[in-house]
Amino acid sequence: MRASLFITCYNDTLYPETGRAVVTLLERLGVEVDFSPRQTCCGQMHANTGFRGEAFSQAKRLVQMYQDTETVVIPSSSCVAMIRDQYPGLFEELGNEGLRRQFAALLPRVLELSEFLIDRLKVEDVGAYFPHRVTYHASCHGLRALHLGDRPYRLLNKVRGLDFVPLANLDRCCGFGGTFSVKNAEVSSAMMAVKLQDILQTGAEFCTALDNSCLMHLGGAMHRQYLGMKTIHMAEILAGAGPGATSNESMTQAEAVQ
Amino acid sequence: MTTAELAPVSQHPVEPPISQPIEPPADRPILDPTKAAAFPAAVLPVLRNPQLRKNVAHAIDVIQAKRTRLVEEKTDWQELRSAASGIRDEALSHLGTYLEQFEERCTAAGGTVHWAGDAADARRIILDILREEKASEVIKIKTMTSAEIQLNPFLEAGGVGVFETDLAEIILQLGEGEPSHIVVPALHVNRSQVREIFARRMGLKDLSDDPKALTAAARNYLRRKFLEIPTAISGANFLVAETGSVVVVESEGNGRMCLTLPRTMISIAGIEKVVPRFRDLEVMLQVLARSATGERMNPYNSIWTGVTPGDGPQRFHVVLLDNGRSQILAGKTERQTLRCIRCAACMNACPVYRQTGGHAYGSVYPGPIGAILTPQLMQMHHAQSLPYASSLCGACYEVCPVKINIPEVLLELRSQVVHQERRQTLRFFDPMYLGLRIANLLFSRAWLFHAAQRLGRIGLGLFTRRDGWIHSLPSLGAKWTQTRDLRGLPEQTFHAWWAAREKEAK
Repeated sequence: MRASLFITCYNDTLYPETGRAVVTLLERLGVEVDFSPRQTCCGQMHANTGFRGEAFSQAKRLVQMYQDTETVVIPSSSCVAMIRDQYPGLFEELGNEGLRRQFAALLPRVLELSEFLIDRLKVEDVGAYFPHRVTYHASCHGLRALHLGDRPYRLLNKVRGLDFVPLANLDRCCGFGGTFSVKNAEVSSAMMAVKLQDILQTGAEFCTALDNSCLMHLGGAMHRQYLGMKTIHMAEILAGAGPGATSNESMTQAEAVQ
Repeated sequence: MTTAELAPVSQHPVEPPISQPIEPPADRPILDPTKAAAFPAAVLPVLRNPQLRKNVAHAIDVIQAKRTRLVEEKTDWQELRSAASGIRDEALSHLGTYLEQFEERCTAAGGTVHWAGDAADARRIILDILREEKASEVIKIKTMTSAEIQLNPFLEAGGVGVFETDLAEIILQLGEGEPSHIVVPALHVNRSQVREIFARRMGLKDLSDDPKALTAAARNYLRRKFLEIPTAISGANFLVAETGSVVVVESEGNGRMCLTLPRTMISIAGIEKVVPRFRDLEVMLQVLARSATGERMNPYNSIWTGVTPGDGPQRFHVVLLDNGRSQILAGKTERQTLRCIRCAACMNACPVYRQTGGHAYGSVYPGPIGAILTPQLMQMHHAQSLPYASSLCGACYEVCPVKINIPEVLLELRSQVVHQERRQTLRFFDPMYLGLRIANLLFSRAWLFHAAQRLGRIGLGLFTRRDGWIHSLPSLGAKWTQTRDLRGLPEQTFHAWWAAREKEAK
C-alpha cells in the first residue's frame, strides 16, 4: 500500500518530529510513503479568517497536486476537516466543473492518520511502546467534523506500557480556534484555563491529540505555567517502538518525546 | 411555604419606585450593536469578574445537563431535528404566502395584523395602539423581539409605564440590568443578588434569599399588576398560518396571566416565526422544550386565535416585524439563520459563551446564534467582531434542534467582513491582513514558503531563549505569548529532513 503524506504547513515548520513519526510508523506497518516537496498549506487559516479567495487558490493547488495519488494521509484533523467540509463550498462557488470533478475523485482518498490506520490498514496494534500516563484531547474537528469516534482509543489501548486516563468534558473546545487564539486571545486563554484544569485532574504526564494546533496552544501554556506535563502528537506515541519491535527504523524514545 | 416567610411581604405595601429615577449601575452593559464595544474589548471586564463567570458557568452546566438527559432519552431525536428543520425551511421558502395566510386567518378571527418594516415602525405602531387604548401602563410577557427593537425605553419616554412579568425580566428591570441569555435572561444573576435587588426595590429589608421567599415576593408584586393593568404585550414563539393562531410557551404561568386577564393584547413577532400548519407544533414544541429548558414539555403552552367573546383579551393586535429579516432570507447560506426558534441550546453548548456570558456580545441576541443573527440584522454595518467570536468548535451546530450550521454561517459572514474591510486603506497595514496576504503568496510556491521558513527561523531565533522556547513576541505575536509560550522553530523542517533522507537512500 502507498500513502502520500500531506504534512501540513505548520507541522512542516514547527513540528517536523510529528512528520518523522508518521513516516516511521507507516513504514513499520509496510506502507510505502511518499512526500511531495511542492506541498504547502490546505488553506484553512485563510478560510477560517474569511479570506475565501486565497483559501480557494490553496485548495485548488492541493487538489491538483494530489490528483494521481493512491491515498493522502494527513496527521492533522482540522486540515482534513477543512478539505471535507469547506472545499466543497469553495469549489462550488469559485471553481469550475473540471476542478469539482477532480476534487470529488480525490475526496474519498484523503484520510486522517487514525482513519488510515483503522479503516484502511485495519490495524489497532501498531507495535508501539510508551510507558507513560497519557490522556487524550479530542480536538473539535476530529470529534465533530471527522467523527473519529473510538479510533484514537483503539490505537492507544494497544500501546504497551501506556497508562490511559480519560479526560473529562472531552467535547469542550480548548480555545485554540486558529486565528481566534490571537483575535480573541483573552477568551481563548480563559477557555484554555478551564481545559487545563481538566487535563491536570487526570494526573497524566502527556496530553495527546491528533492535531498539533490544539497541542501548540495547550503545550505552550503548560510550558509557561511549569505544569510538569507535556503535549505529544499521537503519531509520536504510536511510532515509539518498544522492546521486541522488529524495525530498526523506529524512533528512539528520546526522539519521540522531544 | 410558611406564613413567616410571607410575613414581611404582606407587611410592606408593594410600591416599586420604578418611575423614580435611580442611578443606573456604572457598568450597565450596552446591548445596542450600534453603540456596543467590539467583542474582544467587551469581554475584558467579564473575564475578570469571578462572580459573573461562576454564575454563568454554573447555570449553563445545569441546563446543559438537563438537556443532554432529555435528548438522550429520545431515540428519534435526529429524526425530530430533521423534521423541525424541514418545517422551518418550508415556512421560509414560502414566507410571503404563509404570512398572508396568517394575516387572513387571524383577521377573520377578530385580530388585527400590522406590518412593521423596521424597529422604528414597530415601536410607533405599538405606542399608537397604546395611546388609542389610553393605556398609561402595560404589562409584558418576556419577549426578546421587544428587546431587539428597544421597546421599553421608547414606551417609557412616550409616557407609558412598562412592567415586566417574567421573573427573570423583573429581576433585570428592578435591578437595572440587561438580559444576558435569550431563555434565561437573568442567568448571570445569582440568588443573593436577586435578594438584594428585591429587598431594595420592593422595600423588603428582611427578605431572605430562600427561593420560596423570593418567588413569594415576586408573586405579591405581580398580582397587583395583573389585576390593575388591562393592557399587555407579548412576543410569539410561533405563528400558525393555517389557523391564524399565536403560540407562547413559558415556565412560570405569568405569561398565561397576561394572556387571560387583560382587555387588550399586543403580540410582536419576527416574520420568520410562522409555521405552516397546526400539526407542525407537534414537532416544534417537542424540540423547543427539550432544547431550551431540558423539559419534556413546557409547563405552559398558550395558543390563541384572534378574539373569543367573553374570554380573554377582547382586542388583539399582532405586529409582524421584518427589521432586516427579509434581507437575511435572500442569502443562500445565511437564510438558515431564520430557522432559529430561540431555544438557546447553542449558547448553552458554546465554550465561548460559557466564559463570557451574554453581555459582551453587545446585543439582546448573544452566543453563537447572536454572533450570526446580530450582524445580519444590522445589515453588516455593525457588530463585525461577532462572527469572529467563535473558535468554530461546532458544538452549536451539533445541538441546534433546527440544524442551523452556525459555523458555516460564521465563515460566510467572516468572508463578508473581510470583503468590506480589505478595501479600506486603514486595513492595508493591519498586521492580520498583511500577514494573511503575505502567507497566501508564500503558500503559492513551495520555494517561497521554504525561504520564508528559513527567514522565520532566523527572525524568531532572536526571540528564542536558551531553553529553546519563545516567551515573548511583539505585535500580533504578543497576543499569543501573553498566556502561552511557543516552542522555537526546529533546526530542520520536515521537508528538509525528507530531502536529506532521500539523498542518503540514493
